[in-house]
Amino acid sequence: MITVQQLTKRYARNTAVDHISFEIGKGQIVGFLGPNGAGKTTTMRMLTCFLPPTSGSAAVAGFDVLEKPLEVKRRIGYLPEMPPLYAEMRTVEYLTFVGKIKGLRGADLAKRTAFVLERCAIQDVKDRVLGKLSKGYRQRVGLAQAIIHNPDVLILDEPTAGLDPKQINETRDLIKSLAGDHTIILSTHILPEVEQTCQQVIIINKGRLAATDSVNNLQNRARGAGSVLVEVASRNGPLQSEIVQRRLEQVPGVSRVLFKETRGNLSIFEISGTSDRAIRGDVARTVVEAGWDLNELRSAAVSLEEIFLELTKTDVEKVEPSASAAQTAAGKAKE
Amino acid sequence: MGNMWIICRKELRSYFVSPIAYLLLSMFAIVFGFFFWNAVGYFVYAGMEAQMRGGMFPMNLNEQVIRPLVSNVSVIGLFLIPMITMRLFAEEKRSGTIELLVTAPIRDLEVVLGKWLAAMILYAGMLLLTALNFAWLFRYGNPDWKPLAVAYLGLLLQAGALLAVGTFLSTLTRNQIVAGAATFGVCLLLWVLEWASDYESATWSRVMAYLSILTHFEPFAKGLLSIKDAVFYLTAIVLGLFLTARSLESLRWRS
Repeated sequence: MITVQQLTKRYARNTAVDHISFEIGKGQIVGFLGPNGAGKTTTMRMLTCFLPPTSGSAAVAGFDVLEKPLEVKRRIGYLPEMPPLYAEMRTVEYLTFVGKIKGLRGADLAKRTAFVLERCAIQDVKDRVLGKLSKGYRQRVGLAQAIIHNPDVLILDEPTAGLDPKQINETRDLIKSLAGDHTIILSTHILPEVEQTCQQVIIINKGRLAATDSVNNLQNRARGAGSVLVEVASRNGPLQSEIVQRRLEQVPGVSRVLFKETRGNLSIFEISGTSDRAIRGDVARTVVEAGWDLNELRSAAVSLEEIFLELTKTDVEKVEPSASAAQTAAGKAKE
Repeated sequence: MGNMWIICRKELRSYFVSPIAYLLLSMFAIVFGFFFWNAVGYFVYAGMEAQMRGGMFPMNLNEQVIRPLVSNVSVIGLFLIPMITMRLFAEEKRSGTIELLVTAPIRDLEVVLGKWLAAMILYAGMLLLTALNFAWLFRYGNPDWKPLAVAYLGLLLQAGALLAVGTFLSTLTRNQIVAGAATFGVCLLLWVLEWASDYESATWSRVMAYLSILTHFEPFAKGLLSIKDAVFYLTAIVLGLFLTARSLESLRWRS
């Protein structure tokens, strides 16, 4: 649905977007992730034909943004960071106006207007003046405006920014419910949002592509496949960590025991299992039966957050290529 | 061009839901009403004077009332036009709605023409108010309507040119005051350029006088349909709107 190749946007002094390439299939929700100033908005603006790329190409539904901007615009619904509302208009009047400039007429227009009013739950403010609406309602009217012409692609720039937690949840649910009919790109710098709403994630930093993968894959990489951190202490005198390690290696299902550190009479190990088999119970029993104390036993999981932080560290040079990036991140967190 | 009318209607609506339109119309009506009362009063006074002397002083409503009045309208226009155009693009830029217009499947030219047309219609509405005053002249006097019609055409052409310039200047900033002040400055300059020819006859002063927006209005005020001056105004309109469209496009390259 969306093909982006070597897309670049250069300004006089800096490069906002630097040779980004990705592809997005039909019906997907894609999270566009990056710290502030990473180039998310610039990329989105190029996709919506608001900004022309300096070099490279972007195509929506097979139409190039430079060659066929009108065709692209017809297929895109765009919600900028600040919902583009006319403060003096009333909700229905606004949606009718937007519907008209997006090519809807007559019965079609009335039908779509009624539909988006219901879909975005803004029926109760339909005769209110937009300038007096609350932030949550403004956002929803903005979303209604974006979907009124039933576009193939929805581009949402930080759709939940500045909303309260309840409104954030409502907006996310709304976005998820739209996924069936539209391909959605949403930008954000809030990670849980991506985990909760998106199937695929594109991480960019300083204008460069840092990673692109499915959310599941990234999470799996992050989790370190069932590793467990164990903290063992001894009650009488210093602990012989080699003995503990040997003992732990004998636990059924354990493939590898890594000694991490020792502090006085306690030691920390990281244990990996061969399979999905839950090894925690066996590990706990072994430690206790040997007469040691089990201070802590927890999953060695790395959150998507840590991957993100790693990927978007100041120098992006080191974390290319993207595939190994997440692994490096997960690995580093384990060490 | 259907999209042009959609934009135009939207602009007209926002003129009339805000106080701008009412403020402009009432200010114009009051100022013009004062001029009208003055001009007619003087005409009546001069008429009585002539009668008392017994001489047959030639009295002509067209020459002595309508012609100075339409010239006054053209000057009042210089002051009101910046207020009409200043919000056209500056406000869209400030509120971010420009992103909606630019990413909608419509052409830039349709946006530009729609906005300019809305400004023209508001100005034409102001002229309509003067028609109420002039109607009294036709009720109690017997002026010729053709020179008046030509004068109206001239006023529309002149305003069209200044509105196009104002629309262009409004695309350059997100601050309405800046847009308005710049437009006012340009309008004023285009007016006073005419004075350059008063004491100079060199080529440059003739060129400057030619650029003055008011010199081209003289024939229309007299009731002469001057093709040459109409072409001047039309050229200015096309140039102004062309610059507006280019500037709108350049927003994307620069922002």
